[in-house]
Amino acid sequence: MEKRYDYVLWFEECDLESVSLVGGKNASLGELLNADIPVPPGFAITTKAYSLFLEQNNLKDEIKTLLKQVKSDDVESGEKTSKAIRELIESAHIHDDLQDYICEFYRRLSKRCHVPAVPVAVRSSATAEDLPGASFAGQQDTFLWIRGVDSMLNHIKKCWSSLFTARAIYYRQKMGFVHDKVEISVGIQKMANAWTAGVMFTINPATGDPASIAIDANWGFGESVVSGECTPDNFIINKITNDITKKSIGHKTVLYTRDPENHCVVKQDVPSERADTQCVVDADAIQLAKVGKQIEKHYGRPMDIEWAIDKDTPGKAKILILQSRPETVWSEKKVEPIAKPRASALEHICAGLVAGRKVN
Amino acid sequence: MADSKFPSPHEIEAIPGTEGWERMYPYHYLFSTKDKERKEYEKNAFWFNDALHYPEPMYPFDIIWDEAWFLALSQFNTRIFMIPPALGIDHRIINGNIYITPVPVTDPEEVQKRIPLFMERAGYYYENWDKLHDQWEKKMKGIISEIEALEIGPLPEMEDISVVKNGLGTSSGYELLKNYDKLIDLGILCWQYHFEFLNLGYASYVTFVDFCTKAFPDIPLQKITQMVAGIDVILYRPDDELKKLAKLAVELEIQAQFGEDTKDVKDVISELQTSENGQKWVTAWDDTKQPWFNISTGTGWYHQDVSWNDNLNIPMSSIRIYLGKLKEGKNIDRPIERIQEERKILIKEYRSMLKTDEDRQTFDQLHGTSELVFPYVENHMFYVEHWFHSVFWNKMREVAGIMTDHKFINQIEDVWYLSRSEIKEALWDLTTSWATGTKGYGPLHWPEEIEWRKGVYQKFKDNPPVPAVGTPPEVIAEPFTIVLWGVTNESMAAWAKLKEIGDPDKVNEIEGFAGSPGVVEGIARVCRSVEDIGQLKEGEILVAPTTSPSWAPIFQKIKGVITDVGGIMSHAAIVCREYGMPAVVGTGQATTIIKSGMKIKLNGDTGRIYIER
Repeated sequence: MEKRYDYVLWFEECDLESVSLVGGKNASLGELLNADIPVPPGFAITTKAYSLFLEQNNLKDEIKTLLKQVKSDDVESGEKTSKAIRELIESAHIHDDLQDYICEFYRRLSKRCHVPAVPVAVRSSATAEDLPGASFAGQQDTFLWIRGVDSMLNHIKKCWSSLFTARAIYYRQKMGFVHDKVEISVGIQKMANAWTAGVMFTINPATGDPASIAIDANWGFGESVVSGECTPDNFIINKITNDITKKSIGHKTVLYTRDPENHCVVKQDVPSERADTQCVVDADAIQLAKVGKQIEKHYGRPMDIEWAIDKDTPGKAKILILQSRPETVWSEKKVEPIAKPRASALEHICAGLVAGRKVN
Repeated sequence: MADSKFPSPHEIEAIPGTEGWERMYPYHYLFSTKDKERKEYEKNAFWFNDALHYPEPMYPFDIIWDEAWFLALSQFNTRIFMIPPALGIDHRIINGNIYITPVPVTDPEEVQKRIPLFMERAGYYYENWDKLHDQWEKKMKGIISEIEALEIGPLPEMEDISVVKNGLGTSSGYELLKNYDKLIDLGILCWQYHFEFLNLGYASYVTFVDFCTKAFPDIPLQKITQMVAGIDVILYRPDDELKKLAKLAVELEIQAQFGEDTKDVKDVISELQTSENGQKWVTAWDDTKQPWFNISTGTGWYHQDVSWNDNLNIPMSSIRIYLGKLKEGKNIDRPIERIQEERKILIKEYRSMLKTDEDRQTFDQLHGTSELVFPYVENHMFYVEHWFHSVFWNKMREVAGIMTDHKFINQIEDVWYLSRSEIKEALWDLTTSWATGTKGYGPLHWPEEIEWRKGVYQKFKDNPPVPAVGTPPEVIAEPFTIVLWGVTNESMAAWAKLKEIGDPDKVNEIEGFAGSPGVVEGIARVCRSVEDIGQLKEGEILVAPTTSPSWAPIFQKIKGVITDVGGIMSHAAIVCREYGMPAVVGTGQATTIIKSGMKIKLNGDTGRIYIER
């Protein structure tokens, strides 16, 4: 057996160099962590692990044989083949040596997170976004709130098998890609068990002020903020000095949380005593803004970020970054000078005086 | 804000028992319904109580400074620099309190006509700022030495023989009249100079503020101010000198002899004189007095705002505070490096967030000019309100001394109940009767009138003024008003709200301007004047009508500051930013609502104050 580095890697051990091994999504999580951006911890199951799995179960030839039955003009044949291959993969056994690596990492992740059998997200991570099969897989398969090794292993196989959806098969055939060259990695990532969550913009979305960070926050998961179902607490934080320049506490009536029994997300009323209570303390809001600044710096543009404060981690509040995407509204506006250029300060002063000062 | 939430100025009634108060003040300061046009003008303007300068009602004499700046500010706007859209600031008085309103140029064509004039005139000042400013400093120092040299002599029974032998041709009576006029004239002149640069300074600052606010809609005013504020500002010197003296005492190992505040400064000094090191320190102390102890304990606008030189126990007490801090091993120096570093970062970071080269050029132009003019905005107060005024009040006391000698008034401090023209008349009465060898009429008239005026004044004091009267405008265009008094639609709305609530005991939240960032919770201590600051305990939050540089040492003791009046450039805001202490300024009525001992939370980031009841 080769070293575990071939099969499992902590996100911290991934970077853009390792895309071929861990896929784009896992690699970028590694990049973020290495830029000190606190994404939820986890690990990648490499493409080599996938290959080893196929090898150990002698699946490669079987899959090849099955794929021969696909006829490009017969949709039914594709569906049937897809189903057969996926069943084949999902029912195969992950051999003990590989299973040990994966389960050992899961155990260590649980320990790191201070949660026994920590709930995780299991998601596929494509090795190259321009590979169509991979991109289908990458988009489709994310499994949330997976708990315990058995369930995790089953869902890893589901991710693997997602390479063989009917759509993916047809697409590869049409484009002339070789099926057995396509590889897939899987990411295992702690589910943020949000005490408080919300969104953050590294530009004030209301005013377009690039020196401000705007944070909206509510109790529980961020869904209530993203969907606009509640009036969140709002913070405006100065990027340069890191102080809160504006704050309003919303009347928060609903929150989303996890049902402890069936692990699904449920909507609840906010207990009345918490409805008007600030859900992120000032110090955490400021800390969050600092993370926002790092993310903006990392991507070199204003960002729209989903975040959570995790309740599993003991001690001081643990900020987790769940999603970041480029801000589009202000960033795509045409850039024009704020003030008409003038030859001297005096001309500006004169023009300013004449224009008057409209307060509001 | 179109619907007026403020009373009409003509509706305010005299406080019972003060009827006839109007004769204490200049006639043209009165709101009047006699003439229809004037009445309409007064009703439609928005008059706010200038509590920044006058936290207390006006004494008939002290109104001299109000008249002085009424003339000076207005003339520079209207007639000298031709500020295109803004004329002067008009003044009125109600029940002893000053109300002011900025007067705009309403005709757009007139505004256009004034533009090239303004460009030429203001342009000359901006271009030659340093040269003109040096000249200004010389002029100021010149009139200060003139006023210091002014002799207010008593009227002798018989003139000295030298009057005859020198062929002088005039008498002490004439000299008294002449020197009184000279004294008043120097005061008015000082205020002419006061406004020579001020409005241009504010114009530049306001333009920079507007640009920054457009580029960064969320930028707090205090950050903009931080980017242009001077580091080595003369206004900090007196306080720095006290720190130096405290350090010198430690160095000379004589700090034990300073004792507690119960020990009078005279005893401290005489005890120090007995040792060589003590003498060294006393020499340094004496050298510091001129000019650095010419710091008023108030705004400098009132006669009762004595200077450190008038009451040496005040600077001595501050030195004791610094000695205490030094004993605890604390650094008492202003954190200049930190301030400089913060300033540099702010400028660099904000500039870097601008998106176009054009904007960076505008930023540099406006920042450059503001940085050039701002030290004046900060420094002029030392020369005028502190140094000059301190000398002026004492010269006036010499005049009052002669009036007391001749029984025109019962005591020196009664003189403030007379206007400056009444004093002039009284001096004529006094000198002519002295010349004639008869009894003056003054002793029969003034003491009685002063007794009545004292009663009226007390009633003015007991009845807090309404914050504003008249019709609030949609916008306020006069930039100086906004910067200096912090009057904006927001603060007017807040004042109106307070007025509506009516019962100050039911208010739990007060809003003002975020003067200096940070959040602090603690016990409030309301100090209406510098005399109350002795009650302040370590770690309390100071609540005051306004503060002045002489309050500086107590900033070492407190956790936060709240003022009734003042914008971002008020003394309290400047000093709090220096000390990194939260402040909310321009709250309107904090001293009315908050009581000493209340637990309050002050948020200098948002400008809000929460009262725990």
